Amino acid sequence: MGDDAGKRTFVLKGIGVSPGIVIGKVHLFDRFDARVSFYRLREKDLVSEEVKRFKAALKESEKQLLEVKNKLRELAGREPLYIIDVHLLILKDKMFINHTIKYIKDLCINAEWAIKMTIDRYRDIFEKVEDEYLKGRISDIRYVGQMITRNLAGGKKDVVPDIGAKGIIIAVDLSPADTAQMMINKVLGFATDMGGKTSHTAIVARAVEIPAVVGLESITKMVRTNDDIIVDGSAGLVVVNPDPEMIKVYDDKRRHFEIAQESFLKYAKLPAVTRDNYKVDIGGNIEFIEEIPTAISHGAEGIGLYRTEFIYINKEQLPTEEEHFSNYRSIVGVEGLKWATIRTFDLGGDKFYSDPKLAKEMNPQLGLRAIRFCLKEVDMFKVQLRAIARASAFGKTRIMFPMISGIEEIREAKRIFFEVKDDLITKGIPVGDDIEIGVMIEVPSAVIIADELAKEVDFFSIGTNDLIQYALAIDRINERVTYLYEPLHPAVLRLIKQVIDVGHKAGVRVAMCGEMAGEPAYVMILLGLEIDELSMNPLAIPRVKKIIQESTLEESKALLEKVMTFSSAAVIREFVYNYMHERFPEEFQTNGT
Amino acid sequence: MVVIKTFEIKNKLGLHARVAAKLINVSTRFKSKIFFERDGKVANGKSLLSILTLACPLGSRLTIRAEGMDAREAVEDLGKLIKDKFGED
Repeated sequence: MGDDAGKRTFVLKGIGVSPGIVIGKVHLFDRFDARVSFYRLREKDLVSEEVKRFKAALKESEKQLLEVKNKLRELAGREPLYIIDVHLLILKDKMFINHTIKYIKDLCINAEWAIKMTIDRYRDIFEKVEDEYLKGRISDIRYVGQMITRNLAGGKKDVVPDIGAKGIIIAVDLSPADTAQMMINKVLGFATDMGGKTSHTAIVARAVEIPAVVGLESITKMVRTNDDIIVDGSAGLVVVNPDPEMIKVYDDKRRHFEIAQESFLKYAKLPAVTRDNYKVDIGGNIEFIEEIPTAISHGAEGIGLYRTEFIYINKEQLPTEEEHFSNYRSIVGVEGLKWATIRTFDLGGDKFYSDPKLAKEMNPQLGLRAIRFCLKEVDMFKVQLRAIARASAFGKTRIMFPMISGIEEIREAKRIFFEVKDDLITKGIPVGDDIEIGVMIEVPSAVIIADELAKEVDFFSIGTNDLIQYALAIDRINERVTYLYEPLHPAVLRLIKQVIDVGHKAGVRVAMCGEMAGEPAYVMILLGLEIDELSMNPLAIPRVKKIIQESTLEESKALLEKVMTFSSAAVIREFVYNYMHERFPEEFQTNGT
Repeated sequence: MVVIKTFEIKNKLGLHARVAAKLINVSTRFKSKIFFERDGKVANGKSLLSILTLACPLGSRLTIRAEGMDAREAVEDLGKLIKDKFGED
């Protein structure tokens, strides 16, 4: 491959775990690179030397972790520190150390090999542990093992090399300690092959405010050290070898983001009220209870969508009622949040990976998923409903059923819920007396019969992602048709308008919890429709609130009215974007996405 | 001296890494040998990894066994930590 091939511009999509935009140079950091070699010791006499080498590496690792911890204490909050404490304890764990030394002695192998065997041993043990959280701790053991191995190789003093002020680390995976070290070394940002939103690495990245994208799968194989690179932690995108034009665009975005960060948080705490006093409730969409503090600090007034899938994902067995309950209990009645909308099991379709023995479907988006699945697996459904009902005793709870396509489904879901609730009451277990029941409006048939559904529920929540996909018949993951995914399609706008109008006529509250709700450019359109609640990714709240606070219901209605006269999605898009550009020049100054 | 006492885990997340770390910080202060037992599984009370493998959820019962001069104090201090829900929730 010549140099030219390396200069090709390409974009990779991963998971943005820590917002912000940085432009710099790739520094490939291979934490597995140490080229670990496993070998048997030539003679028994070398054993004590090997044990000494192992202990020295332990000491060195401890020193490094303590250093990271101390520096981190000065720079960041308390939360990320505890995971470093856990790593320190593993490092000092007698069982861990003794097993490794025993392997060295008994098998006459080098320390690297012995460490690997110890890790494998714990992996086997932890795999049998039922608790999903504890199971995940094997990654911490592995991080510590790698750290010791690296120190066995000697030389490197830093967890992450000091790569200078413009460096962006690209790695297969990073440990929380690596991440903390990056802040200390003033690394601009990082991107990794592995990882997810809730890995400790992601949590630390957010705490130390280093823009990061994870889950890129194979970025380490696609870039080389010193390549130009942009990491957009807000969008979850990485641009490799950007052309000068693109660098300029992103530089604007970056500056804009930084200004925005400061000024938006000022708007975050204030209620979302227009200048002519129209109030919109603002919810946060969350998947993990760990996201609650971010939601509150960014101005969420309640949890508008708690996705419960995480409770099920990657489990061999179905979660118990207690597991459900401990999650729901954590989001209900939280100080600073007025309500929590919990969406029941919405698995199947694209979110489903490790399944509770579900057969593969040809067309999962249209298959046995969400409420359909729950009504087939009533016992499993009841476990979740019982836990939600119990949690409702602790604060304002809204329960929301996904993918309702007909009246029987909501009636049946309610019947089961009330059966569960009555049973709890009979047994003297406290249950909230103001639980509200609602449906997700995401199947076109639900829009058409919204008047009938309204008789059954307290609220609607429009799930725009699925509604758009089903209404426009486009597969969201098929890149060849994504150009057709258009929230401003007149058909979509009419569907949404119908839901809101019908809901309001029937006295039903209407929320929106799809991605559309968090897009600043659509805010006035949604205001014009008189939506009651917008629920979105918490990081999107400050901008949306700012726009609401600076607009009026009157002009929003006028904009909507105008837009509804257009027949083409492209025309609507252009009109809305131009309008918002002129109306909020500061907010919409950057081009592109 | 051998002191044995059983406690109920009352914090909602059970014995997760952070609280296990707190237990270790206390148990390693004592000279006594310390063991934790749950459902017939025994863990070294001074090993974080060992304790984690017990996987004690909310409501599980954990038996602490301490052997040595300061066994009584050890069980007392560890028990207090558990009763106080490790200072969490």
